[in-house]
Amino acid sequence: MDQGILNLETLWFVLIGVLWTGFFFLEGFDFGVGILLPFIGKKDEDRRVMINTIGPTWDGNEVWLLTAGGAMFAAFPEWYATMFSGFYLALLLILFALIVRGVAFEYRSKNPTSEWRTMWDWAIFIGSFLPALLFGVAFGNLVRGLQIDAAGEYVGGFWALLNPYALVMGITSLVLFTLHGSLFLSLKAKGVVYDRAVSVAKPLSIATTVVLALAMIWSYALSEGGAVPGLLPIVAIALLGAVIWLVRSEMFGWAFALTGVTIATVMAAIFIATYPNVMTSTIDPDYSLTVFNASSSAMTLKIMSVVALIFVPIVLGYQTWSYWVFRKRIGREDVTTAAH
Amino acid sequence: MDAALLLARWQFGIVTVYHWLFVPITLGITWMVAIMETSWVRTKNPVYLRMTKFWGKLMLINFAIGVVTGIVQEFQFGMNWSTYSRFVGDIFGAPLAIEALLAFFIESTFLGLWIFGWKKLSPTVHMLMIWLVAFGTMASAFWILVANSWMQYPVGYVFNPETGRAEMDNFLQIITSKMVWAQFPHTIAVGFATAGAVMLGVAAWHLARKNHLDVMRKSAAFASVALLAGSLGVAFTGHLLGQTMVQVQPMKMAAAEALWNTEQPASFSLFAVGDKKNSRNAVDVVIPRALSLLSCNNLDCEVQGINDLQAEMVAEHGPGDYIPNLFVTYWGFRLMVGSGMLMILIGGLGVWFYLRGKLDEHWWFLKLALWVGIAAAFLGNAMGWIFTEMGRQPWVVYEVLLTRGTNSPTVPAAWVTISLVGLSLLYGLLAIPAVYLFVKFAKAGPGDEEDNADVAASMVY
Repeated sequence: MDQGILNLETLWFVLIGVLWTGFFFLEGFDFGVGILLPFIGKKDEDRRVMINTIGPTWDGNEVWLLTAGGAMFAAFPEWYATMFSGFYLALLLILFALIVRGVAFEYRSKNPTSEWRTMWDWAIFIGSFLPALLFGVAFGNLVRGLQIDAAGEYVGGFWALLNPYALVMGITSLVLFTLHGSLFLSLKAKGVVYDRAVSVAKPLSIATTVVLALAMIWSYALSEGGAVPGLLPIVAIALLGAVIWLVRSEMFGWAFALTGVTIATVMAAIFIATYPNVMTSTIDPDYSLTVFNASSSAMTLKIMSVVALIFVPIVLGYQTWSYWVFRKRIGREDVTTAAH
Repeated sequence: MDAALLLARWQFGIVTVYHWLFVPITLGITWMVAIMETSWVRTKNPVYLRMTKFWGKLMLINFAIGVVTGIVQEFQFGMNWSTYSRFVGDIFGAPLAIEALLAFFIESTFLGLWIFGWKKLSPTVHMLMIWLVAFGTMASAFWILVANSWMQYPVGYVFNPETGRAEMDNFLQIITSKMVWAQFPHTIAVGFATAGAVMLGVAAWHLARKNHLDVMRKSAAFASVALLAGSLGVAFTGHLLGQTMVQVQPMKMAAAEALWNTEQPASFSLFAVGDKKNSRNAVDVVIPRALSLLSCNNLDCEVQGINDLQAEMVAEHGPGDYIPNLFVTYWGFRLMVGSGMLMILIGGLGVWFYLRGKLDEHWWFLKLALWVGIAAAFLGNAMGWIFTEMGRQPWVVYEVLLTRGTNSPTVPAAWVTISLVGLSLLYGLLAIPAVYLFVKFAKAGPGDEEDNADVAASMVY
C-alpha cells in the first residue's frame, strides 16, 4: 500500500524529526558544556563562566525535548506509548540526569562552600554525560530495529538495548555533543575558558570524525532492503572532516555551524532510513509501527498542524532574540563581582 | 489489584503531589513579582526593586524544582501508562504538546531573559519578561487542565471501534467544556492563595523580628490581599466546581459526603465513620439541608447517594465496584475545604490588620501566618488533587476507561519498584537543598540599596 509522502502523517514525522534535531542542536552544546565542566573549568570562577555561557538559554533548549515528547504523544500515540514504556529504565536514567542537572544550574552558585558547589558540579557533569550518551543509544536502536511483537509492544527488555551498534551510536552522540559544546564555548567564552575550549576542540574534532565514520559505516552494513539512508551519512562524515580543518584554521563560527549541520544531517539520515517505520520490528516486519498505523486521527493531526505552523516560527523568533541579547562573550570579570 | 498497577498508581500520586507543592507557588508568585517590578518601573521607589529582587530569588529557587519534576509528568504517561496513552493519545496528547509549545517555551526563554537580562534590557522590556513568564505559567495551567478535565468529563470525542481508542471529534468542545472552565479558575485562584500564604509567612517572620520593615510591611500587605482574594476565589470557584461535579461525577460528590442513600433534602456531613460492608455510616453528624444548598443552591433538591449510583453504574457498565475509596475522598475533601477556610481566615485577618495599620503588632498573628498559613496552603493543595483523582476511581477516564489494565503491560513490577523508590528518594533528597536555600534566602531578607546597585551580578548562576 503506497500512501505517498504528501500526507499529514509524513508531515508530522518530519516535524518530530525537526523537533528532535532542534533539541540535539541546542541542548547538544549544553550537554557538551556540562561534560567539559570538570576538564575545562579547573577553578570555580571558570566553571561559573562556562555555566553562564548557557545560563540564560539551556532551559529553553530543553523544552525542545518536551515538545518533541508531547508531539509524539499527540501525533503518534502508539509510537510514544511503545517507545516510552519499552525504553523505561533508560528513560528513567535520563530523567534522573535531567532533574539533577536542571536543579544544579539554578542552585550551585547560591551557596559559597566548595562542598556544595562540587556536589552540584558532579550533578551537572553526570546529568549532561548520561543523556548525551543515552539519546544516541535510543536512536541507534530505532535505526537497528527492536523486538516489537504483534501487539506493537517492545518485549526485548532493558539489556537488549545496550547492543554494540546502539552503544557506538551512543558514543557518537556523546563525542559529537562534546565537540559541539567546546565550539560553543570557543564562541561564547573568553580568557582561560576560551583557550582551553579551543585546545580541546582540536583533538576532539578528529576523534569525533573517526567515531562518526565508524557508526555511519556500520549503519550501511545494517541497512538491508528498504532502510537505505542514501548519501547522507557520507555527507555527515565529510562535514565533520571539514570541521577538523576549520578548527585548525581557527574559524570557530563556521566549525560550530557545521557540527550543527552534522547533527541535523545524521538526524535526517536516521529519519529517512526508518521511514515509513517509526519503530521497526526485528520479529516480523509486519509488526513494525509505521507513520500510518501509529498515528492519531486526521482531525488531531490537522489541529496540531495549524498550531505548529503558527507557533513554531514564533518560538524560533523569540529564542533567536534571546541568543542575540546574550551574544557577548563571558569572562571571569562577569562572574567575580557577584557576592553569591 | 496487580502489583505493577498498584506501584504505578503510587508513583503517579507521589510525583504529582510533589510537583504540585512547587507549581502553585510559581503560578501566583510570578504575577506578584511582575506587579512589584511594574511598581518599581512606574514609581522608581527603590523599595519595590528590593521586593522584586527578594521575592524573585525565592521564586527562582521554587521554580527550578517545579520545572524538573514537570519532565517526569510528561514522560510517565508513556512510560507507566502506555495502554492509557494508546487509548487517549488522540485527544490527551494534543493539549500536552500545545502546553510545551505555547507555555513552556515562553516560561523558560523569558525567565532566562529576566534572570540574566537586568543590564542588557531596558527596565520596561525587562519588566515585560516577567509578565510573559507569568502569562506562560497561566497558559501552562490551562492546557494541562484541558487534559485533566477531559479525564474527569470526557466530551468532544467518539469511540472508534476499528482502532479501539477514543478519537477527537470536536476540539472546541474539549477546550470549552464546563469542567475546564470550573477547574482552570479554581487552580489559578489556588495559585494566588498559595503564593500569598507563602509570602505572608515569610514576611511575618521578618515583621516579628522588626527586620526590613519597609519591604516586609509592603510585602505582607500585598500577600494578605493575594491570600484573601485568592482563597475567596478558591472557595467561590470550588463551589462552582462542586456543583459541576454533582452533575458530571455524582459518585465523587456522594463519596465526598459519604452519602449512602439518595436524600431529598440532603444533609451535609460534618463527621462520619463509614461501614462499607453494610453500605452505611456507623456514625454521621450532619447539618440538615446543607448539602442540597451546596449542590443546587436550594434547600430541597435531591442528591443521589452511593448505593443508587453504584446500582446505576452496574446496570450501565456491568458488575463491579464503582465506589471510590471513601476514607480518602471523604477526609481529603474535608481537609481541602478546611485548609481553604483557614486561608480565608488568615488572609482576612491580614487585610484587616493592614487596613488598621497594625500588621506587625500582633505576635500571634505573625506566628499563625508563618506556621499555619503555609502548612494549610500545602495541605489544601495536596488534598485537592488527591480528592479529585482518587474520587474519580475506579475510572481513569470517567465512565469510559477503567484505571485497571491501563498501565504498561511490558513494564514489570520490578521496574516500577525501581522507579518508585528511585524517584521518591531523589525527590526527597532534592527537598533538602530546596528548603535549605529557600529558608536561607528568606531569612537573609532583601539586600540594602547598595547591594541592589549590582542587580545583574547577584542573579547570575
